[in-house]
Amino acid sequence: MKKKLGVFICWCGSNIASSVDVDKAVAEAEKLDGVVHAENYMYMCSDPGQQLVKDTIAEKGLEGVVVACCSPRMHENTFRKAAGSVGLNSYLLEIANIREQCSWVHQNNKPLATAKAVSIIEGTLDKVKENLPLETITIDITKRNCVVGGGIAGIMAALDLANAGYDVAIIEKEPAIGGHMSQIGQTFPYFHNVPELLQKKIDEVNAHPRIKVYLNSEVEVLDGYVGNFNVTIRTKPAFVDPDKCSACGKCLEVCPVSVADEFNRGLSQRGAIFRYNQTEGARIPVLEQRDCLHFVDVEEAEMDAGAGVRCRACVEACPENAIDLGAIRTLSEEFVGAIVMATGYDLYSPAKMPEYGAGKIPDVIDALAFERLLDPKGPTGGQVLRPSDGKVPKNVVFIQCVGSRDPERHKAYCSRACCMYTAKQARLYRQQVAEGTAYISYMDIRSDSRDFEEFVQAGMEEENLVYIRGRVAKVIQENGFLKVFTSDTLTSRQLEIEADLVVLAMAMEPKAGTRELAKKMNVTIDGDAFLSETHIKLYPVESSTKGVYLAGCGQSPKDITDTVSQALATAGKIQLMFSNETLIADPLIAEVKNDICSGCGICIDICPYGARLMNDFTRISDVNQAVCQGCGACIAACPNKACELINSTSRQFIRMIGDFAGKAEAV
Amino acid sequence: MGETFSYYPGCTSHSTAIEYIEASKAVIEALGIELKELPDWCCCGAASAHNLSSSLALGLSAFNVGEAHKEGKDLVIPCAGCYGNLAQADYVMRYDEAERQRLEKQMGFKFDTEVKMLSLVDLLAREELRPAIKNLVKKPLKGLKVVCYYGCAIVRPAAITGVDNSENPLRIDTMMADLGAEVIDWSCKVDCCGGDLGLTDAEKTTELVNKIVDYAVAAEADCLVTSCALCEANVDIRQQRLPILYFTELMAEAFQIGDRQRWWKKHFNDPSGLF
Amino acid sequence: MAENLLQKVVAESGQPIDLCYQCRKCSVGCPMVEEFDFPPNMVMRMVQLGMKDELLKSKAIWMCISCETCGSRCPNEIRIAPVMDSLRAQCLEEGIAPADPVTVALHSAFIESIKTFGRVHEATMLMNYKWKSKNFTSDLDVGIKLFLKGKIPLMPKKSENMAKIKEIFQEAGK
Repeated sequence: MKKKLGVFICWCGSNIASSVDVDKAVAEAEKLDGVVHAENYMYMCSDPGQQLVKDTIAEKGLEGVVVACCSPRMHENTFRKAAGSVGLNSYLLEIANIREQCSWVHQNNKPLATAKAVSIIEGTLDKVKENLPLETITIDITKRNCVVGGGIAGIMAALDLANAGYDVAIIEKEPAIGGHMSQIGQTFPYFHNVPELLQKKIDEVNAHPRIKVYLNSEVEVLDGYVGNFNVTIRTKPAFVDPDKCSACGKCLEVCPVSVADEFNRGLSQRGAIFRYNQTEGARIPVLEQRDCLHFVDVEEAEMDAGAGVRCRACVEACPENAIDLGAIRTLSEEFVGAIVMATGYDLYSPAKMPEYGAGKIPDVIDALAFERLLDPKGPTGGQVLRPSDGKVPKNVVFIQCVGSRDPERHKAYCSRACCMYTAKQARLYRQQVAEGTAYISYMDIRSDSRDFEEFVQAGMEEENLVYIRGRVAKVIQENGFLKVFTSDTLTSRQLEIEADLVVLAMAMEPKAGTRELAKKMNVTIDGDAFLSETHIKLYPVESSTKGVYLAGCGQSPKDITDTVSQALATAGKIQLMFSNETLIADPLIAEVKNDICSGCGICIDICPYGARLMNDFTRISDVNQAVCQGCGACIAACPNKACELINSTSRQFIRMIGDFAGKAEAV
Repeated sequence: MGETFSYYPGCTSHSTAIEYIEASKAVIEALGIELKELPDWCCCGAASAHNLSSSLALGLSAFNVGEAHKEGKDLVIPCAGCYGNLAQADYVMRYDEAERQRLEKQMGFKFDTEVKMLSLVDLLAREELRPAIKNLVKKPLKGLKVVCYYGCAIVRPAAITGVDNSENPLRIDTMMADLGAEVIDWSCKVDCCGGDLGLTDAEKTTELVNKIVDYAVAAEADCLVTSCALCEANVDIRQQRLPILYFTELMAEAFQIGDRQRWWKKHFNDPSGLF
Repeated sequence: MAENLLQKVVAESGQPIDLCYQCRKCSVGCPMVEEFDFPPNMVMRMVQLGMKDELLKSKAIWMCISCETCGSRCPNEIRIAPVMDSLRAQCLEEGIAPADPVTVALHSAFIESIKTFGRVHEATMLMNYKWKSKNFTSDLDVGIKLFLKGKIPLMPKKSENMAKIKEIFQEAGK
């Protein structure tokens, strides 16, 4: 049975027509096997262009159509819809890309470009000849969400989704939500009070009947697919029962352990049982197993010499009997339709910059540590005091781009927020220490958002920040001072600045464990392990896995404003998805020929989406239609050629290649 | 019109800018405006005072501004350099309370915000004078191609001079067009002629002047028109290609008043062939 | 770093030098920049960094002819001419030999003329300048030409109020 085929060649203005002879292409197409109609038009995607396609399909009773135009990414959907509207099954229409893959790349040779365009059209026609009419696949949606990460991105996404009427589970690794934002005192460019802003949002989360927060928790396993995910959550024991604990703090006093407090970036010490931070939500202490003497592997000899029993000081001190050292980790499950990855960042370790002396010189600290110095509830009560001797520093050198924009040795990218938070920190320091001087070593000042440039300029004008263009070579300690060696590249002079405190604006990098988590979630990452979006311009919050969305610094470094914008965008995207009762998926997926499949399972390992599953009864590898993205990996891997991609079968492809190779030879 | 203004001649009024002053006085008289020379005035300090001591510059200029405030009338200052200095002193006293009080005390006057410093262009390019000027034109400057050269002192800084546009001022252009001249737009309206450099570095001044004249010649101008005595001197002495005239000289020519033949002789590049 | 230089220049010139962010528009438009040892943007930077010695010894501060082109184009409205005035005054105050003595000779002759007459008398001023600069040949033609055009009067005119002028000079420490 021979299909009646139509060919529609678009000029794309002069984009195609200037290098492909569209009249000649029509004449050639008319000669091709099965073609009953061929014509060209200036803009086929325009309304009259689409009408032309529709009218011709109806008039001539076309059974297969090739539109030769731009990339199918642009207008495949447009023309398939048009064909569908006049009763031609959408999947019997194909796009022949003669713009990106022909006219644009062959601008100086019209005869050859025209010949190539005709071969592309011929190959596509051959594909259409064997295309089957298909129906779209529908998938049910579980209208619940999971948000991984309880920083400001996770909080904002969760609140929007919950307020829209959908249940949300927040999975937070730490003992409290709030993320890095809870370490920060004030924001740029308006010096907003962060604890006030953030606490309000944290309170909303905690009070919301639709939000459940899993603290001390991480994703253990992710199963399922868009609309129907099954998230297994692993929760570390906190050892303190929040229902019994009265937050009296007696356990904190008796704990014999003293380790650096991570929340305060090592500027203070804490016990193994401690309050994670100063927010209301963290009033109930938590016990960190890896620091606690009770859990330390004690050598037998020491056991003999010592008391013979492991430390239980906190348990004994607790008047409420709220501490249970026997608590174990728990696993929970959440069934959700969509997931927001708001996993956040870590600061790149200053220890990786030995030339600046961090870790060795106590008065060289990172930017988050400086934030802790500015926090009224922080280790110094909000006073900027240098860690070594508690004195007020008179000269502070802030160094920007530490680890950032250093492609060969550290990170190639710009961490985006540092220029602005450094200006903010320097301004706050100068507002507090009137007689102090703040030097800022910079490469460029990137202040590219509303009121940012003005904020930096005001710092120069009002707080007399001294900006020095140049990268600091090294920082050394000498006679109780720090000596900062740098140069002012604007005057080409070497400078040595005597400083009391050096603050490093470290690069932001994805939160530790992002790489492993991304693997669990089937989300692709870039070379720096940031979670990758599908398209930086048009699909900026969509991950490579449908139904999994990205927000915040896990995707790329950004400030709070951009983080929140992105978080709200994910919530909007998910609400859009939930506005339908079912999801529609393309049927262009893998298909198994049951009589050929030997059940070897190679396809199961190779599938990047987890769409192939062994059927325990038939011992044949099934395709999960909702999960399969039609990438073709299993088809290439199958040793028996038991899989085919629907409407892109091996036979179709071999014929297309044959058409093209044959034509190329002729030219 | 019967308007009366105070008048600050400046040192060049009886020397290098003598033809400018004579022409300006003739034009002003024809327009029915009365100028009353300040009973007492001294040198504004020119560029030299501020080059060596800002406070001396401010003191000398403030003294003269003070004299004007004693008279209570707007002060007309034909010399662009003097105007720049006095306007700067006026600006300081207008916006710096402490300095104003100090200088008021020293010079013995009361600063009156109504009293303004006016360049000759400020005085003569006023919109309300345009009909009177057009009326006085007896012999329009038909066919005379002019480029207007404003220089620095009556233009910059704009906050002090109140110029219409510091990169492309138009007030002299408009006046020349009203006289019937063909005004050519060109690129060096506000370029520097070198100023005092004329006395210390002949070579550099010639370089700067040549650039200006190159552009004027390329624009096919018959002459340059200026309101600054220093610009006139530098441009006139350092080249032999193009006459340079004061804008009031051309006004007098159009009005057919004053001893114009005497003024033309004061120029190094004789402009008499233009008329 | 000698911060007092920055503070002093800001106070004397009234210019917000802190705000200079090195766009270089000043230097690009400067008619004299080729004669400068440090272009104007660099002078701003050196003031910010307190590089006093080099600045006060520089030719740049004397080569600026106060045309104010830079100031009128500066995106931060910094007028460089008054900054140069302040640096020149400091150079003289500190007894540093100016990098361009000829310019200083001219200006000194000029203000001496004011000090004597209250106004400038070109003939005596020019003679004094030539004497001070020990430079008798260059530019003498300008004076002669002007004289021949009748533009240099022989007799000086004196101001009426020399006492006040003496006072102004005293106040300014000159």
